[in-house]
Amino acid sequence: MTDNEKTDTRTTHTEKIAHGGTEDAAQAVEEPDAPPAGAGPGPHQAVTAGTALHPEKAVTAGTALHPEKAVTAGTALDPEKAVTAGTALDPEKAVTAGTGLDAHLVVERGPFRLDVALTAAPGDVVALLGPNGAGKTTALRALAGLAPLTGGHLRLDGASLDRTPPESRPVGVVFQDYLLFPHLSALDNVAFGPRCHGATKAEARAQAAAWLDRMGLADHTGAKPGRLSGGQAQRVALARALATRPRLLLLDEPLAALDARTRLEVRAQLCRHLAEFEAVAVLVTHDPLDAMVLADRLVVVEHGRVVQEGTPSDIARHPRTDYIAHLVGLNLYRGQAEGHAVRVDAGPVITITEDLTGPVFVAFPPSAVTLHRDRPTASSARNLWQCVVAGLETHGDQIRADLTGALPLAADLTTVAAAELDLHPGAEVWATVKAAQTHAYPA
Amino acid sequence: MTSPRDTSGAVADTLTGGPRRRRVRKRPRGVPLPLLVPALAGLAFLVLPLIALLVRTPWSNLPDQLTSPQVWQALQLSLVCATAATAVSLVLGVPLAWLLARVEFPGRGLLRAVVTLPLVLPPVVGGVALLMALGRNGVVGRWLDSWFGVTLPFTTAGVVVAEAFVAMPFLVISVEGTLRAADPRYEEAATTLGASRFTAFRRVTLPLIAPGVAAGAVLAWARALGEFGATITFAGNFPGRTQTMPLAVYLALQSDPEAAIALSLVLLAVSIAVLAGLRDRWMTAS
Repeated sequence: MTDNEKTDTRTTHTEKIAHGGTEDAAQAVEEPDAPPAGAGPGPHQAVTAGTALHPEKAVTAGTALHPEKAVTAGTALDPEKAVTAGTALDPEKAVTAGTGLDAHLVVERGPFRLDVALTAAPGDVVALLGPNGAGKTTALRALAGLAPLTGGHLRLDGASLDRTPPESRPVGVVFQDYLLFPHLSALDNVAFGPRCHGATKAEARAQAAAWLDRMGLADHTGAKPGRLSGGQAQRVALARALATRPRLLLLDEPLAALDARTRLEVRAQLCRHLAEFEAVAVLVTHDPLDAMVLADRLVVVEHGRVVQEGTPSDIARHPRTDYIAHLVGLNLYRGQAEGHAVRVDAGPVITITEDLTGPVFVAFPPSAVTLHRDRPTASSARNLWQCVVAGLETHGDQIRADLTGALPLAADLTTVAAAELDLHPGAEVWATVKAAQTHAYPA
Repeated sequence: MTSPRDTSGAVADTLTGGPRRRRVRKRPRGVPLPLLVPALAGLAFLVLPLIALLVRTPWSNLPDQLTSPQVWQALQLSLVCATAATAVSLVLGVPLAWLLARVEFPGRGLLRAVVTLPLVLPPVVGGVALLMALGRNGVVGRWLDSWFGVTLPFTTAGVVVAEAFVAMPFLVISVEGTLRAADPRYEEAATTLGASRFTAFRRVTLPLIAPGVAAGAVLAWARALGEFGATITFAGNFPGRTQTMPLAVYLALQSDPEAAIALSLVLLAVSIAVLAGLRDRWMTAS
């Protein structure tokens, strides 16, 4: 990377800080099928970002870096420019422009092979979602330089990092169990990075104090990690990773170590901090809710390969593997469509409302399934199958029945209904699903 | 509806089975004689000499014995040399332990065996080997002598060398064990924050393994304090220069047994103090 390019990157970087709020709003507008507020990250994130990163604050952040540029950036707050910046969020364009992340990670370890392509523009939050052992953490370690690549490439803001040792990469990592240095106070943990990057002790501590203050931890600067709560430790870890001003932030299961109650609160805070973060963030999680709330884009990894990627809403609506269907709570089948009928691979026919031909997926929620003890005669449902109850479990305030038979499926029903039907493992039932409640899409 | 009956049956089984099982469990508590007798004999074998030492101590003229200049000289020399040997072991041994624990290279197992060898090597052999290496005509000693005019055998520095040779493996093994138990991911976390591997070691790993290093240092120090064979072989037995406590004890036993007992008592006291200092670490851990 030449010096010129470096300066360019920095300029865009500063500008992004300056009009972060508007830009995120632009992004939300760009995304027409963003899920309703609260259900997904789109608008929710934009609103949080807008309120948190108001122009004044942004300018302050800018001045800390390059006073002159920050002022220019501050004046450049007119909508048009913001929109231009917004369009730069398209991964492909961003990558050709030489900013953001462009990675093809290949790591071979014995029989396991990870082969994952990842691109992201500055400001993007990408979630790697997948079951345990899918290779998510390996991908993260490869990005951080902790696991060597056996193939592929890794470029960040146009610079190749393939052979760069971890300490020289502009990458910050929030580890799953945080790995805060237990012998150092929260302040010194955060100051560690700036110290390693050449700041004097006083400077590093001042920066660390500012970061902790931003995380709402001003009262805990002197505390050793052992005395912090899970949520506080998580924020210290985030502050520590951000204090080196990384161009790529990696989060490994950022919420997995927290109990359910703190999780909710910490997730909201993390969501806000990620929205403020101006560079690329990649997070690894096996929790679909974390992924959908925190990330703009999901990359689903199974067995070391990307099986599906897209916006959270797209993935939630159109799962393409059993794993994802299970995560988002849908019954999913693959089959051949002919008009309104889909012949499931090695199974019965499902009637759908869409008119499709060729290989398709059919999905319907467990709540769309109605169970009957005897073969229903008066039901208007087009789809009727005989099943055997394989297992029952409570699912929220409902009962989820696992059914086997011609079409294995999951059905949700109320406790009362389950009792009336006298459901128990081994019981024979009839399941009906209305065609209107199925959703089919090309495979 | 069979389930309630099944449950009550299970409860009944538990009720009748409980006391029976408890009775059975009681029996193994009685230690079998073939184990008890040797165990007690072994205990007596270890404790009796120490008791005998205390019994035969000339308590009345102990103060005189301990304040004699020879004793002070030997004790001082012992403490100085053991401390210096520990310092040498720390400076060389901690990095060596890190290398063994953290860096994968071919022949690591062999290297670990070589490092551990002085633990099992008869100290006299160690002394002879040191003479062959660092003696005036030794493989390295020759050059030390002709280039720098440094002679190690039969000097106080030689005592330190002999003690460090014998004591360092204790430190290395102890520190390596601590390093292996310590989470290497802290070092990884440090490198992602921009720390070089050395900085990560100095600022993260070393503070984390400090207790293990301290324990290893104490162990090495105790071993150096008691060193006899390698010291007498490599450094000789010159009062005030190379005559440490153990050498003084051995020599005194020939001429003045009471002095030998008094000196032994001092070493015993030091050993007990060391053990007391480490009790949290070793006596409760196992």
